[in-house]
Amino acid sequence: MNNLIILPIIIPFIIGAVLIIFPKHHRLQRVVSGFTAVGMLLLSIYLAIVVYQNGIIVLEAGNWSAPFGIVLVADMFATLMILLTSLLSAACLFFAFKTITPQREKFYFYPFYFFLLVGVNGAFLTGDIFNLFVFFEVMLLSSYALIVNGGTKYQLRESFKYVIINVFASALFVVAVAWLYSVTGTLNMAHISERIAELEQTGVVNVIAIMFFIVFASKGALFPLYFWLPKSYFGPPAAIAALFGGLLTKVGIYAIIRVFTLVFYHEPSYTHKAVIVTIAGFTMLFGVLGAVSQFDFKRILSYHIISQVGYMVMGLGIFTPLAVAGAIYYIVHHMIVKTALFLFAGAAERVTGTTDLKKMGGLLKTHPVLSWLFFISAISLAGIPPFSGFFSKFPIILAGFQEEQYIISGVALLVGLLTLFSMMKIFSYAFWGKQKHTNEQAKLPIGKLLLPIAPLVALTIILGIAAEPIFQYSLQVAEQIMDPSIYIESVLKE
Amino acid sequence: MEVLMSIVIGIIFTVSVYLFLSRSIIRVILGTLLLSHGVHLLLITMSELQRGAPPLLNLDADAYTDPLPQALVLTAIVIAFGVTSFLLVMAYRTYKEHKTDDLEELRGSADE
Repeated sequence: MNNLIILPIIIPFIIGAVLIIFPKHHRLQRVVSGFTAVGMLLLSIYLAIVVYQNGIIVLEAGNWSAPFGIVLVADMFATLMILLTSLLSAACLFFAFKTITPQREKFYFYPFYFFLLVGVNGAFLTGDIFNLFVFFEVMLLSSYALIVNGGTKYQLRESFKYVIINVFASALFVVAVAWLYSVTGTLNMAHISERIAELEQTGVVNVIAIMFFIVFASKGALFPLYFWLPKSYFGPPAAIAALFGGLLTKVGIYAIIRVFTLVFYHEPSYTHKAVIVTIAGFTMLFGVLGAVSQFDFKRILSYHIISQVGYMVMGLGIFTPLAVAGAIYYIVHHMIVKTALFLFAGAAERVTGTTDLKKMGGLLKTHPVLSWLFFISAISLAGIPPFSGFFSKFPIILAGFQEEQYIISGVALLVGLLTLFSMMKIFSYAFWGKQKHTNEQAKLPIGKLLLPIAPLVALTIILGIAAEPIFQYSLQVAEQIMDPSIYIESVLKE
Repeated sequence: MEVLMSIVIGIIFTVSVYLFLSRSIIRVILGTLLLSHGVHLLLITMSELQRGAPPLLNLDADAYTDPLPQALVLTAIVIAFGVTSFLLVMAYRTYKEHKTDDLEELRGSADE
């Protein structure tokens, strides 16, 4: 029964390794990876249900008991993230079938795709801080290979910067782990949490906490460490950019939420309400200002990732069950809608051959389905009811006012307005206006491209209309992660 | 001994940051290499430099060493090796495509 939770790590690992053997058989690669993606989705749904009904599942690898061996822990938060990962990876994979060129496919696109999932799922499931580093590296190495896949001049140039910033952040990660080990003498996160509680979180422990925050902030693109994101996400093809935009930064955010609810939760007045909230405010503001200043479909979306990552961290910073539940709801909403929007950018690029808004126009007339689906996602992102964006921002901002964090709540409202402005900029330039693509391009059928995106759009509508049950679920997740004793007890079995 | 090691680690970090800030791609990669060495030394030093017998194998020794940091360093070295070799290949491809290894020329313009 407990072995169930290693499956999200081991299945993509085996499939990825098998797919290396025959890189030139495109059809076979597609069939195998397509079935695996669907299977992973079903598995992650089952896992989420099991954990929801029976509580946290812990797997002790090799039967070494908890503080000594490595544990895998599936709580509600982790299983929710795995469910989202499987959903997005399936959507992006089916989109990739239609868009990715054979040259890119040949260079091990599918194996790296699954190795990326190994790293992401592992980072969500692990209960060991050094293991978290290892899974981060698995994820990052595959992401290096995917982001440079195709080897265009632009990709090579920008990927180098992406790799360097991540290598530097990973080095700091090891430094932070080394410090934490010298203070607590353990690597098991539940055990660390216990030891920190005995030590009281003062002096050097706060330094270590902020060091972890810096590491995860540079992976999650928080202010002022977000500069690598917009340029490097512009290069790769739409399917990869969508997967990265929806998934990768959120792994950093997941790690921040995990570490600052499980381990470093004793001094919220300093770490959460001062540092994290301030950084969240700047992240939101600078991200959205970057988006407003851009005139490119993909770049606007990339800058929006930054501003919306700010909302999630703001929810953590306010640190009440309502705010953290809002942050979790927001992560769900953001991952789905952001992936959908990036895929729409890819579909629009397929039609017009460009993502420069000044060279686009009139898509509404020639491709109405694409346009209206994009419109729904865009206003959902901006936070217009009845879609999921509104109901996920609402609890965060409400909690902000309840906790008398007026400045950050004001910033959040302003950022929502500017988000709406820049999404409408995309809509009015690319979809309204005079048709700027040729009549031949106008006849391009893109129905098959829209098929993998349609479920994501449907989900944002469902998440909005069924806000009450989904918010209750987020609230349960938030209550579980904000009470570290549940996690510690299920890992250490005391 | 730990103090001496800490000073050495500090010097390694300084040199690697200097290399990170240089214009040549290959120097930046050497910077990442050196940084990973510094980090590994830090990892070993942080659990105190101990003398003693390996644990579990002989039960009647006076003192035991902590095997965990060594396991961590081994893992970290392997990862750093993989990342560095990938970086070298990528740097070579970048050089081939762009005909330059000067990062100043690889900045990219604002209007593209």
